[in-house]
Amino acid sequence: MNRRLLTTFAAPALAAVAAIVVSSVAVLVAGESPATAFKAMWSQIDSTESIVLIVNRAVPYYVAGVAVAIGFKMNLFNIGANGQYVLAALLAAAAGAAVDLPAPIHVAMIMGIAVVVGATWAAIPALLKAYRGVNEVISTIMLNYVATNLIAYLLAEHFRNPDQPNIRETRVLPESARLPSLNSLFEAIGFDFGPGVVLHGFLPVAIVLGIGYHVLLNRSRFGFNLRVSGENPTAARAAGISPRRMIIVTLIMSGAIAGLIGIGPLIADPQFYKYGDQFPVSYGFIGLSLALLGRNHPVGMAAAALVWATIERATQALSFVDIPQEIGIILQGSFLLSAIIAYEIVRRLSADAETRAASRETPGTRTIAEAPA
Amino acid sequence: MTTAVEPGTAIDSAYAIELRGIVKRFPGVVANDGVNLRVREGTIHAIVGENGAGKSTLMKTLYGAHQPDEGDILIHGTRRTFRSPSAAIDMGIGMVFQHFMLADNFTVWENIVLGSEPGHLRLNMRKARRRIRELSEQYGLEVDPDELVADLGVGDKQRVEILKVLYRGARILILDEPTAVLVPHEVTELFASLEQLTQQGATVIFISHKLDEVLGNADAITVIRAGKTVGEIDDPSTVTAGELAEMMVGSELPSPETREATVRDDVRLEVVGLTIESAPTGVDTVALAAGLAGGIESSGTPTSHRPLDDVSLRVHSGEIVGIAGVEGNGQTELIEAIMGLRPASGIVKVDEQDVSELSNTARRNAGIGYVAEDRQRDGMVLSMTLWENVILGHQAGDDFTHRGLIDRDAARERTRQVVEEFDVRTPGIDVSAFTLSGGNQQKLIVGREMMAKPHVLIAAHPTRGVDVGAQAVIWDILRQARSDGLATLLISADLDELIGLSDRLLVMLRGKVVAEVDPQTVTPAELGSYMTGAHQHDGRSASGSPGDGEAPA
Repeated sequence: MNRRLLTTFAAPALAAVAAIVVSSVAVLVAGESPATAFKAMWSQIDSTESIVLIVNRAVPYYVAGVAVAIGFKMNLFNIGANGQYVLAALLAAAAGAAVDLPAPIHVAMIMGIAVVVGATWAAIPALLKAYRGVNEVISTIMLNYVATNLIAYLLAEHFRNPDQPNIRETRVLPESARLPSLNSLFEAIGFDFGPGVVLHGFLPVAIVLGIGYHVLLNRSRFGFNLRVSGENPTAARAAGISPRRMIIVTLIMSGAIAGLIGIGPLIADPQFYKYGDQFPVSYGFIGLSLALLGRNHPVGMAAAALVWATIERATQALSFVDIPQEIGIILQGSFLLSAIIAYEIVRRLSADAETRAASRETPGTRTIAEAPA
Repeated sequence: MTTAVEPGTAIDSAYAIELRGIVKRFPGVVANDGVNLRVREGTIHAIVGENGAGKSTLMKTLYGAHQPDEGDILIHGTRRTFRSPSAAIDMGIGMVFQHFMLADNFTVWENIVLGSEPGHLRLNMRKARRRIRELSEQYGLEVDPDELVADLGVGDKQRVEILKVLYRGARILILDEPTAVLVPHEVTELFASLEQLTQQGATVIFISHKLDEVLGNADAITVIRAGKTVGEIDDPSTVTAGELAEMMVGSELPSPETREATVRDDVRLEVVGLTIESAPTGVDTVALAAGLAGGIESSGTPTSHRPLDDVSLRVHSGEIVGIAGVEGNGQTELIEAIMGLRPASGIVKVDEQDVSELSNTARRNAGIGYVAEDRQRDGMVLSMTLWENVILGHQAGDDFTHRGLIDRDAARERTRQVVEEFDVRTPGIDVSAFTLSGGNQQKLIVGREMMAKPHVLIAAHPTRGVDVGAQAVIWDILRQARSDGLATLLISADLDELIGLSDRLLVMLRGKVVAEVDPQTVTPAELGSYMTGAHQHDGRSASGSPGDGEAPA
């Protein structure tokens, strides 16, 4: 078990070192001192307020990671999470503002609409792939453009807030459609974040989602079929697992979860409570990075989301010391790249080690064991 | 008729190619074990042998795709080593592959020059076209350089492949089963072209199983069996197809062991008129799975015949029915059609229940066990644990799942039983499958299927690539199951296995069952000639096939 623990943490640790080296070089090239940069970045995250802000930021990232990871598990690349979630967020925002319901039902309705819209939008590439062999990477990228323009039209022509003629945004959601903050919960156990610091209420949804993802993947028959299809599609076919059905169900499920990416900001972030030009539109791409970084693992992706949000928060401090904030992007990029390389190295080493250990412990003699493909 | 191969033959420059004592080993197997080959300049030379005899390995050696571990390659009497295919091309050796490597959306001339374009920065199209016209006239390989490859027929595409090799200056051509995809009149045209090539001084080597073609067209023949050269025939008119077949298959067949017949009256598996049409339409699940695996989404090799053509058979309780045949003659399609993995027309019945319209899962539940032909590709997931692999294929049944959730305890318990009863050597059931040797992997698969208590077992190459110990265990399992009443359909390329285990043998050729023979009495020449289609050449016919007439002629 010790070995497993080591292999789990060795790769990200190596990657972090590599990323710090690469971004230090970038800072040096920019003519500044890496020490100044990292000191400033540390001071930015070294407070309770920062931790709450980082968690708030990480929550939708995590949802995006889970949405993408479920596709990754069977080698399907849902690049279309962006389109799926912005469309879902807009329609959910418009519908949510148009009705008046008791609080829990109102929130459930908004989430339900988002899930259905995300799933429907993802069904298009799913069916194209399953029945026409169309590569889902291409079709989901194209559908992102379609979604962007569809949103622009819907927002301008149908869902615009009549009280704000100069701004393109939906009407603000009523109180009953909003998720309360978690502050009071933490205050109840004697934990005060301080004035003006709000822990968004979507965090429990993300946690439930992560647990659900874990159970689905590792305990359910569908998850078994999914993992087999991803690891060895030809064996899956021979075992009677229909690749067609798996493609459709998996992509639609990915889209359904993607539908929730924008719901955190929409109903739990006081900054929004509406869909407008300020609404974040590229969390789906962040989800791709996080799924890679967290190796599609429910806890790994949570860690990755926190790291991602931490880097973003920390780099805000760079402007105070006149260092370009783009260093943060270099840090993220080099971290991701080195992590992928490190994972592969560690995977090969541990596969060799497992083979050796197995042949040592196997009764009877044996020479060459077949290496994994 | 056969010349004994003496080591250390004097260098004779009359040979365009001479291979001496080629040995090529792969982990766990010796693919070539002292192969000799002598090809005279300006001749058509055929290499024949069963699947797995080592022909392709030998050709790859000659083409520079890999280096031999031992032995010499002599080109025009001079010893050479090829570090890569381009080194072989530089020596004038070109390979025409069985699967065409052409860009469909390019024209003929573009495909031919691809990779060796004339001109430096600008493509000298006129020069390229002229050269191609010259070549095609000189060798009688008629194609229009400006036609789109997508619009060409199979025979034309093959001519383009040959031109491609000639364009690169090859004088020695190697063709890997060139007639496998051609219809009869195209075959005639191909050999006419090859004849013309040799008249112009080129040398042609082709690989084939089809003995009638070999006898009709080759100037000399080399027979390979089990990685060794077993016959060199300088004058094909001195041999018959029967003699050639016997050389391929071996001079003696393993004697089937005497044992009591356990065949009972009840028919467990019945297949009637099973047929797969040659042109699949749309995206099939084979292509989808290949696409997910990152492979090319193709719908299989184009063939001039139906991959599976009106196959009918019956397997009784306590009976093992073997399917013999050169690989690629419909065996894969047959078992996948029975398992419901490929769409096919016809009827499949298990215990008198018609399962033709059922899914693979439902067919398994009806009592079919399945040992797929390639354990690592189809039979297991190497990166998963042993107990997860024991679930595989049975994930839809009730044994390991309850209300959609996996019952880990049940799967682990079953895995422990499989490991114990079927002698799987492993340190535990939580290790990944890739840590097991091939033999232990296969024992796990066979054990997994047996533990589900099937009424019918479809076993494809159950002991391919496993060590002798595991082979003996698996054979024992199959024999024991037979006496317990299991109906087994056995597909194998291993004649020892087929004859040693089967109660009846059916022979498949070009998607059809062409003969039924009794493993107790069949001769190597008979079996070989049925497998290669040479019986027609010998003037014998399969129509009067022995047995109870279940196999259509």
